[in-house]
Amino acid sequence: MSILYIICAVGLAASVIADRKKTLKALKIALKKFLKIAPAFSVMLILVSVILYLVPDEMIIKYLGDEDSARGIGIAAFFGSITMMPGFVAFPLCGILAAKGIPYSVIAAFSTTLMLVGVISFPVEQKYLGTRTALLRNAVCLVMAIIISLIIGLVYGDFTS
Amino acid sequence: MKKFIQPALVALYALFIIVSLFTGFDPGREIGKNFLTFTISMLKILPAAFILIGLFEVWVKKETIQKHLGEKSSLKAYFWILLLASTTVGGMYVAFPVSASLYKKGAKLSVVIAYLTAAAIFRIPMAIFEASFLGLKFTMIRFAVSLPLIVISSELLGRMIENTGIKEELFPEES
Repeated sequence: MSILYIICAVGLAASVIADRKKTLKALKIALKKFLKIAPAFSVMLILVSVILYLVPDEMIIKYLGDEDSARGIGIAAFFGSITMMPGFVAFPLCGILAAKGIPYSVIAAFSTTLMLVGVISFPVEQKYLGTRTALLRNAVCLVMAIIISLIIGLVYGDFTS
Repeated sequence: MKKFIQPALVALYALFIIVSLFTGFDPGREIGKNFLTFTISMLKILPAAFILIGLFEVWVKKETIQKHLGEKSSLKAYFWILLLASTTVGGMYVAFPVSASLYKKGAKLSVVIAYLTAAAIFRIPMAIFEASFLGLKFTMIRFAVSLPLIVISSELLGRMIENTGIKEELFPEES
């Protein structure tokens, strides 16, 4: 994250030296774009806070642990799609799942849909892509996440027992 | 109608959190804490991300993007876009505004979609983190499998969007 701010600072400094007016314009664009999407972001944050309460980690661990691989992938994809969490929460959770012996294909289904399919981020996505494209993108990405999980399962031999 | 429902729900939510804080209602406190954690982690990234988007819009020429990522660009466009996506920080909430700027500058639709997908599952900082919890083997397989799927699914989605005529809804002005 600090790298991001270093790049940003260097970029801003170079921009100011090159052209003050253009830099000011860039900052105006940044602010305008941010304010435009801020309401959708707020709705998303509210949804995240509620969903994370309703679907705590223990619940995810419990439901993903009890099933066979094929059903596990489906359940994992469901939880991954409806929840949303930053990497620093998600991957430690995946580590716990792996330590509990949950198949890698199931973990892949959870983590990939978590990143790729967003029910909670839909209000934000809708603003950018429009309702129908956003729906289409999520549907295609859900299929893609399941394909990725199945291949990972094949490599790890999850379906051979 | 929708204009009133959303602010009303937001106000209701805020009221619920405040009342929970004062009455010590645990679920409400928990939800409030979640909200705060997420908001802070997002606010750490968003200002820099949006400033970089602003600089991109002002300094990068439309011709440059059109040439390398536009309709007539080669398969190399995917190389460039994957490179950009793999270094994107934050999550989809950064990727969406970036994709809007790319599209506005003349990047091809399928390339923009590839950016969105790759920014979700093909990020290098994230991969390092993932590998430390799930092992290098897992991460390497996932990346190897994802790469062709990102290109295929983006081409597919790009065509579907072009053919169904929902392209007009994409990235409304000022988004």
